[in-house]
Amino acid sequence: MNFADDLYKEIILDHYRSKKNRRRLDPADYHQEGVNPSCGDDIELFIKTDGGIISEVTYDGIGCSICTASANMLCEALVGNSIEFAGKVLSRFKGMLTRAEEPDFPDSAADLEAMQGVRDYPVRIKCALLAWSTLDQILSDIQSDANPQ
Amino acid sequence: MTRRSVTRTYPIDRIRAEFPILGTTMRGKPLVYLDNGATSLKPQVVIDAELDYLTRISASIHRGVYQLSEEATVKFDEARASVRQFINAGDDGEVVFTKGATESSNIVAFGWGRKFLKAGDEIVTTELEHHANLIPWQQVAAATGAKLRFVPLDPAGRVSPESVQSAVTERTRLVAITGMSNVTGYMPPLRETAEIAHRNGAVIVVDGPQLVSHHPVDVQSLGCDFLTFSAHKMCGPTGVGALYGRRDLLEAMDPLLYGGDMIVRVGKESATFKGVPDKFETGTPNISGVLGFGAAVNYLRSIGMEAIADHERELLAYAARRVGEVPGVTLYGPMAERGVAAGGVDPGGILSFNLGEIHPHDVGAVLDGEGVAVRTGFHCAQPMMQFLGVPGTVRASFYLYNTLEDIDRLVNALHKTLEVFS
Ligand SMILES: Cc1ncc(COP(=O)(O)O)c(C=O)c1O
Repeated sequence: MNFADDLYKEIILDHYRSKKNRRRLDPADYHQEGVNPSCGDDIELFIKTDGGIISEVTYDGIGCSICTASANMLCEALVGNSIEFAGKVLSRFKGMLTRAEEPDFPDSAADLEAMQGVRDYPVRIKCALLAWSTLDQILSDIQSDANPQ
Repeated sequence: MTRRSVTRTYPIDRIRAEFPILGTTMRGKPLVYLDNGATSLKPQVVIDAELDYLTRISASIHRGVYQLSEEATVKFDEARASVRQFINAGDDGEVVFTKGATESSNIVAFGWGRKFLKAGDEIVTTELEHHANLIPWQQVAAATGAKLRFVPLDPAGRVSPESVQSAVTERTRLVAITGMSNVTGYMPPLRETAEIAHRNGAVIVVDGPQLVSHHPVDVQSLGCDFLTFSAHKMCGPTGVGALYGRRDLLEAMDPLLYGGDMIVRVGKESATFKGVPDKFETGTPNISGVLGFGAAVNYLRSIGMEAIADHERELLAYAARRVGEVPGVTLYGPMAERGVAAGGVDPGGILSFNLGEIHPHDVGAVLDGEGVAVRTGFHCAQPMMQFLGVPGTVRASFYLYNTLEDIDRLVNALHKTLEVFS
């Protein structure tokens, strides 16, 4: 298979071109910035919640196509779903990229499978994970809000 | 296959044959290596010099009285003499082997700056600098109370003797400036800058990894007090480099590291140290690396740095024209103005650009798939990126073995990138 088709699958390019979720939420219930110091990519994630459900999720920032497509997929996959669901998709996405686990996403998150090819380009795994590591931060913030010390 | 060699007398085919890696492929395509700004490829003579040490000599220097150790010591000293000649330093004591330009800068910053600078003194530098020639000075400024001042750049990222003069005052104790920008290839007017520094009683540190690998350098005629460089950018091994320093300055400085090899006599409470350069070369050095470094400078000298610089100048002119014609390309630095030299000489063989709105990583990834290696990102020069107003660039950087065909392959791959991201 041609290299560029291998990494830059059409689904990924569609998410990259889509600007639908690329905007700031102000005010947002949760807002977190994620930076990749090795390449300078800088993504912000904005989340509104409503009784344990992610009612809105958007991103903004600077990143390559893999990074921004991944952020857009994150928004599409999580909106309208529960916090638990977000945690589950997050761990499957990380598993797919860092532990070579077979992708096993719920239907609403099926596009994420297209990112599997990134596994073969180790330096780009960080790009695909940036939005998700940022989400990870937000999920722990939500957790500590729910269970104050 | 015959090649369109740029200058007819330049032995491009012979040179290419001396680099075994040029016969290999990347992602299934013949390798086009255009990331020389990051590190250069290694010729067989350098590989052989390292292998010879590892397989046949292996002993440490300055230690044993046996034959192998003696041979290691002799070869180590010969490598130092080769490096000294390469930059025309006055004597071998002025060439300190380090692990690379970064360590060399730190030796000057902490061994000289930390010792001699005080509150109210000024360090003059530029936004062109690689982090290796900026962060050590930030640290020294913070520790001593000295102040950093920046030479104003013109819109193409150049300095002139006038702009250097405007930043240098009688409080300036040190000027730290790149010999050649690793982002744009721009070469500041060093001789004039050194004169201005000296007129004001300051010393000048030239960050030299790009300059020394691509151009003839004579530290005495340039008038630089310190020069840092790395073997791996000039056909040598990684993990080794050098600091040139004027003897009187080196003698007055303190080393960064203390321990074995650098001492004259050690008692329970105190020790005395050797002179230059030994006091800076504490511990067992990278001997195979130093021998490879010596072989690398001898190799470059056999071809001639003038010839290499001429070759790169022609490659750069061709690349700037061909890449500049690709739809959506923005060139940065002096080549954005077609290589006019204002207050400097022609830029060295580096071309930085962006392709429309496409992120540099994406350009780099498609190029990779076409067998073309370039660097993408901020090139360890974030203040320069802030000056250019971009998060990063794509950088093609040339060396003695690159050809016009390499640039054609680059241009084709850029067209391919446009297709993928259209
Ligand atoms: C201009 C310049 N200065 C300093 C350095 C640092 O060299 P090294 O990483 O070999 O220590 C580099 C290498 O990237 C460079 O290009």
